[in-house]
Amino acid sequence: MAEALRFHYDVDGDNFTSAGAASVEVKRKLRQLGFDAETIRRVSIAMYEGEINMVVHARGGSADVYVDKDCITIILADSGPGIPDIDLAMQEGYSTAPDNIRALGFGAGMGLPNMKRYTDEMKIDTVLKKGTTVTMKVYINTNKQA
Amino acid sequence: MKIREIASLLGADVLCGEAQLDEDVESACGSDMMSDVLAYVKDQGVLVTGLVNPQVIRTAMMMDMRCIVFVRSKRPTPDMLDLAKEHHICVLASGSRMYEACGKLYANGLGNEACANG
Repeated sequence: MAEALRFHYDVDGDNFTSAGAASVEVKRKLRQLGFDAETIRRVSIAMYEGEINMVVHARGGSADVYVDKDCITIILADSGPGIPDIDLAMQEGYSTAPDNIRALGFGAGMGLPNMKRYTDEMKIDTVLKKGTTVTMKVYINTNKQA
Repeated sequence: MKIREIASLLGADVLCGEAQLDEDVESACGSDMMSDVLAYVKDQGVLVTGLVNPQVIRTAMMMDMRCIVFVRSKRPTPDMLDLAKEHHICVLASGSRMYEACGKLYANGLGNEACANG
């Protein structure tokens, strides 16, 4: 691959039912491109958690995935409320999700920790009342054990 | 254990994926919290859950699971079944409660090597 392949998705913030559809699509594309199962799983789980986060907390956003020969980069950007305390948000079990989201099987405070667990690099840029951008990288042919 | 045997042990209806009934699965995970499934599960072919919404199917897809068992007589919606069919996931529905369903599967060797190896 001479240049990175880029996939762009708009994540609908009003529809919890369709949340994750972009991640499913990325998983399908990575399979077609012939990546190994573990890499595909790590990328798609991290992106899926991020997508759910954007729907739950930020009324949606955008997802961009860049596929390079040595690295897959996922950039999730929203115009939501921002994260007041990133260290707190990164703690397993800490969640600000409402009860109705918990009833749907999410909001256990595992989203951001899972995203970190399944990726090799994760960077969070957040501005209160402006939005959050999460950039995640998964290196290809490394075997980080999740 | 074959998926067919899971259906039989749990007295479950097969809602979709009949073609996969003879596939083998090695272990299972029981949870109503999808984030926990995404966090802790590895190479487990079966999701046992009482939660009903499309994210259950997507979570199973993300984890490359082959079969979902809905317990406590929960029934997935037609949309969920369409999603499962599209991704070749076998869906079963049982009247068992979670504890009972997991217990029966474990006691019969699913995810329980000591028992499976005799």
